[in-house]
Amino acid sequence: MSSDAYSGRGNKDRTITKTSEPGGGIPDTRAGTAKPAAGAHFLAGENMTGGYGATDILHDCTLTVDKGKIAVIVGPNGAGKSTAMKAVFGMLNLRGGRVVLDGEEITDLSPQDRVAKGMAFVPQTNNVFVSLSVEENLEMGAFLRKDDIRPTIEQVYELFPILKDKRRQPAGELSGGQRQQVAVGRALMTQPKLLMLDEPTAGVSPIVMDELFDRIIEVARTGISILMVEQNARQALEIADTGFVLVQGANAYTDTGQALLADPEVRRTFLGG
Amino acid sequence: MDTLNALVALSNFVLVPALAYGAQLALGALGVTLIYGILRFSNFAHGDTMAFGTMIVILVTWGLQGMGISFGPLPTALLALPFGILGTIVLVLIFDRTVYKFYRRVRAAPVIFVMASLGVMFMMNGIVRFIIGVDEQNFLDGGRFVISAREFRDLTGLQEGLAIRTTQVLTVVTAAIIVAALFWFLGYTRTGKSMRAYSDNEDLALLSGINPERVVMYTWMIVAGLATVAGVLYGLDKSFKPFTYFQLLLPIFAAAIVGGLGSPLGAIAGGFVVAFSEIGVTYAWKKVATYLLPPDMAPSSLMQLLSTDYKFAVSFGILILVLLFRPTGIFKGKSV
Repeated sequence: MSSDAYSGRGNKDRTITKTSEPGGGIPDTRAGTAKPAAGAHFLAGENMTGGYGATDILHDCTLTVDKGKIAVIVGPNGAGKSTAMKAVFGMLNLRGGRVVLDGEEITDLSPQDRVAKGMAFVPQTNNVFVSLSVEENLEMGAFLRKDDIRPTIEQVYELFPILKDKRRQPAGELSGGQRQQVAVGRALMTQPKLLMLDEPTAGVSPIVMDELFDRIIEVARTGISILMVEQNARQALEIADTGFVLVQGANAYTDTGQALLADPEVRRTFLGG
Repeated sequence: MDTLNALVALSNFVLVPALAYGAQLALGALGVTLIYGILRFSNFAHGDTMAFGTMIVILVTWGLQGMGISFGPLPTALLALPFGILGTIVLVLIFDRTVYKFYRRVRAAPVIFVMASLGVMFMMNGIVRFIIGVDEQNFLDGGRFVISAREFRDLTGLQEGLAIRTTQVLTVVTAAIIVAALFWFLGYTRTGKSMRAYSDNEDLALLSGINPERVVMYTWMIVAGLATVAGVLYGLDKSFKPFTYFQLLLPIFAAAIVGGLGSPLGAIAGGFVVAFSEIGVTYAWKKVATYLLPPDMAPSSLMQLLSTDYKFAVSFGILILVLLFRPTGIFKGKSV
């Protein structure tokens, strides 16, 4: 049923299907108790330390997003940007630190449980069901919902009008930019409170990239918080309320997007002057 | 030149039998392809799953016959079919819970699944032979022919007769209904779509909240149904013998691979490709050729490419050709 014969299926990231580790699976009993430190942000990954194997990739890394705001993670190759986001989503085991979402500590939850808590994740690759039509992709995004999903599908079509024209077409036949729209649309179908995007503009043309960023701003305006990893640091920081510059798995600079763009040190080291 | 008689002979000996055989293979291949698409392994136990389902149907049929219940002109086995399907569902779910579930949990490589299915195959093999024995069983009753060769000859005045058996019509009609129902299920129901989504991208399906164990359970249930129906239709059309069902594995896999593993449409196309080539290659074409060619060119030999004993060589040959030149099959399934 896959169009690419030699590829496996899924994104080969076993951490994505991590079944809950001891203590996980069931929402933390501490959940719901307001944490004075965490209360300041809608989402906070605090002092996260950990990696996929024996070696740590993240060192005391902290990420925060406020309600309806856009947070962007930038940094050089291998800085652990995607790893930091995957840590927030529970795709790797943390040796230190915690993740707090909307006043609940969710550090021990599996990714699937975090989806139920209102997180949505758009992987960088293999982020659509290629053999399913655009509309079926959206329906599958809302698989957990028992209520009427038509209004949400209409909202997604309003946000990405091109998808409405292509709704009967298999997602695998769409262009790169349109696929990303399907992927974001699928994630929005769960009506998330936090949308996480792993390099949404990877491999799309500059025009499509600008359009995607516009759409992401629109999504944020509806009150959904956005955490995004981006290669195109300059453009991403322009739309960012908060920017995190990571270097070797640790926070190097954290400020508003505009302030980071203006910082001569950041410009020299990361933005090419 | 006698085109009409040639056509009738061709239909009688090649087209009609191949159509029925192709439909049986297609149903079998659909089961194999669903398992491959969703559980991602080649289920070697499929032939014996068919045998197990057929065995239950035979036993229930005997019971019904003993009680004096019949289905008029249709085989009594059709009444026993639901029991066979239910029994097979129970059996495959037991094997799934006790064998395959473990390998899914440890995320074993596909080849380990294949080996596990080989073990399951031997167990099913043993169960069937233990219960019903290794001998051939006939469980067909009801009307034998829709039209017999003699009736056809009397009706048309042609030299050649065309016999159409009840089981052949039954096979094609049942297969068409089941395939339509399956495609409707996969294309339009929530569960069917979630099965396709899971087959397409396992990780994304998990992120969407699709429960893999649920998908796997539905898959086994559908596969058990398909296998039982395929087995019963084959048994009615020919006869039931455990060893024959085990051997059916080869043409069924050939069909699934020719069509493209993981593609339901491909399984159907593959079933007919294998059936028509198997029968076409092993049929003695002398009669048809004699009707078609001028009298002085009439062949003296049988014009049979391969003896029917070698029919499995045809499946093997197709399998090798496909794997060499188009490993993804006609409908671009997954490569093997």
